Amino acid sequence: MDVQYINPFIESVRSVFETMIQMDVTLGKPFVTEAMPRYDISGIIGMSGDVVGSVVLSFPAPVAEIVIGKLVGGECPTTSPDFADALGELANMISGAAKAKFAGKKVSISTPSVVVGPGHTIARPTGTICISLPCSLYCGEFSIDIAIGEEARQAKAVA
Amino acid sequence: MRIFIIDDSRTMRNIQKSVLAKLGYTDIEEAGDGQDALSKIDAFEPDLILLDWNMPIMDGITFAKKYRAQGRTVPIIMVTTEAEKHRIIEAIKAGVNNYVVKPFTPELLSAKVNETMARAEKAA
Repeated sequence: MDVQYINPFIESVRSVFETMIQMDVTLGKPFVTEAMPRYDISGIIGMSGDVVGSVVLSFPAPVAEIVIGKLVGGECPTTSPDFADALGELANMISGAAKAKFAGKKVSISTPSVVVGPGHTIARPTGTICISLPCSLYCGEFSIDIAIGEEARQAKAVA
Repeated sequence: MRIFIIDDSRTMRNIQKSVLAKLGYTDIEEAGDGQDALSKIDAFEPDLILLDWNMPIMDGITFAKKYRAQGRTVPIIMVTTEAEKHRIIEAIKAGVNNYVVKPFTPELLSAKVNETMARAEKAA
């Protein structure tokens, strides 16, 4: 995967957390992984168009509850009906802001899906590798798992 | 002033309502997608619409086109993650009057609401 698709996520996660949640994010070194997602709670966005694949915002439950609580302005446990909605919107904002920086590419994003539960797995699209971007907050860690590729490359991989 | 917020995320609607409340606007109706909005909008008669782009059932662009096709001139602010230039042009062509890219600060949304209403009053 080209670095041009990773840097926009570094910028967007910082921007979204700073603007909407007033939290600073420290980014670690991205690495290739086979296991997606890293943690127990996933906000998933699909991409289509010139770039295809999926992006997973992955949290341990205690960290997710703090982050989502800050976003909604009150306590929001994983069992709350508002939790999945807020996590989906967070994934939507990070992916949307990132894809706007994919130079010269026309990309659409799906409405978000949220999975809550320990040990779940998410299959990455055929022909993509997954890059995990480690993120740290004062209250713990989370990751953005990015499994995307250019549409033409996908077609070649299938052929 | 009556404001109609159309967004599939309850979280985002609540964030926008909080910003609007600080501006003194509390007469607010909500819808979770474009189709839901079309079914509610005549009864509410808004003075301003805040509209998301990506929503299930009917997206914001389709809503804007259908609403404008009815001859309605109520100002619309698109509030969306869609930040690319070609998307903004597409929205303007569909009848959107102003544009806010998520993530946004409360100050930015407030400024866009005030700017849009000032323009609408000037045009009236």
